[in-house]
Amino acid sequence: MSKFKKKTSASQDIPTAALPDIIFMLLFFFMVTTVLRETDILVEQNIPKAEQLRKIERKSLVSYLYIGKPKKAEVYGEEAKIQANDVFIEPKDVLLWVANEKDKLAEQERDKITIALKVDSEAKMGVISDVQQQLREANARKLMYNTRVLTEQQAGL
Amino acid sequence: MARSKSRASSEVNAGSMADIAFLLLIFFLVTTTIASDKGLTITLPPKPDDAEEIDLIIKERNLFKVSINSADALLVEGERMDDYTEIKDMLIEHILNPTNDPELSESPDKAIVSYKTDRGTSYEIYINVLDQLQGAYYQIYGERVGLTAEEFRTLDLSNPKDQALYDEGREGIPMAISIAEPTNIGG
Repeated sequence: MSKFKKKTSASQDIPTAALPDIIFMLLFFFMVTTVLRETDILVEQNIPKAEQLRKIERKSLVSYLYIGKPKKAEVYGEEAKIQANDVFIEPKDVLLWVANEKDKLAEQERDKITIALKVDSEAKMGVISDVQQQLREANARKLMYNTRVLTEQQAGL
Repeated sequence: MARSKSRASSEVNAGSMADIAFLLLIFFLVTTTIASDKGLTITLPPKPDDAEEIDLIIKERNLFKVSINSADALLVEGERMDDYTEIKDMLIEHILNPTNDPELSESPDKAIVSYKTDRGTSYEIYINVLDQLQGAYYQIYGERVGLTAEEFRTLDLSNPKDQALYDEGREGIPMAISIAEPTNIGG
């Protein structure tokens, strides 16, 4: 017992001087790794869930289309709309949009473009098939339906 | 005059620096959403006039027909179905056909899934059923190389070893899910 008592004279404070540095490192890590969203999403996005997900191999080849009921339903109506970049487009404009997106890529990669569809659960297949027909026309045939992960417990319910 | 103050500590009190940094950190943690770039991938068929007009005669027994009407009711192989989670096992049996049932596909490479929707079908059920269909294929691929469906899907294709497994799993059994143009009948 007496052996241990000798140590009590030592300071019990943990030196916290380096704590701000550690926190700042964490902060910088998050600031550097996060990508700010470039576009405001104007449609509702309640993405459905699925189990058989694949990851996108190269993010630089992906262009996004958002489909869903407009958030400002009193201005744009209840019908599901397609949003590309910052504006609503009609299905027939998809062809032009794909051409623009392809122009942004290097020449040898243009055929590898992947279109990611972020579609609201309540949207109907009509608008989606219109888009798909246009994408076939534009020869952008790699398609991905963005979904969230369905966990085992949810699947059991 | 100035010297009288020199006894006081000249250090800036940095004790609350950690708190400030924490606040910033928490702010960033809360406001950022981690982009989820995951989903179901498909490849669309080429343009109608690009594809050569081949009169493909697909035997009825090789087709696995799934259709959904605008009321989100499901028709699988000519029968109504209420629980879409059964499709996966049905499709696996259809593709592999272990008992050589004359109603099911001749061989795994000849099996074709025909998936038809209506313009009024909701996207959610479309994704749920597509998930089942793809799940059946991934499970078959996985079993061939001794992996689970999930392990097979997450194989890293930039790694040659994984790529070899991936090719081996898919060898001879194409994921033939044909998404037909929706009907416009309604009801």
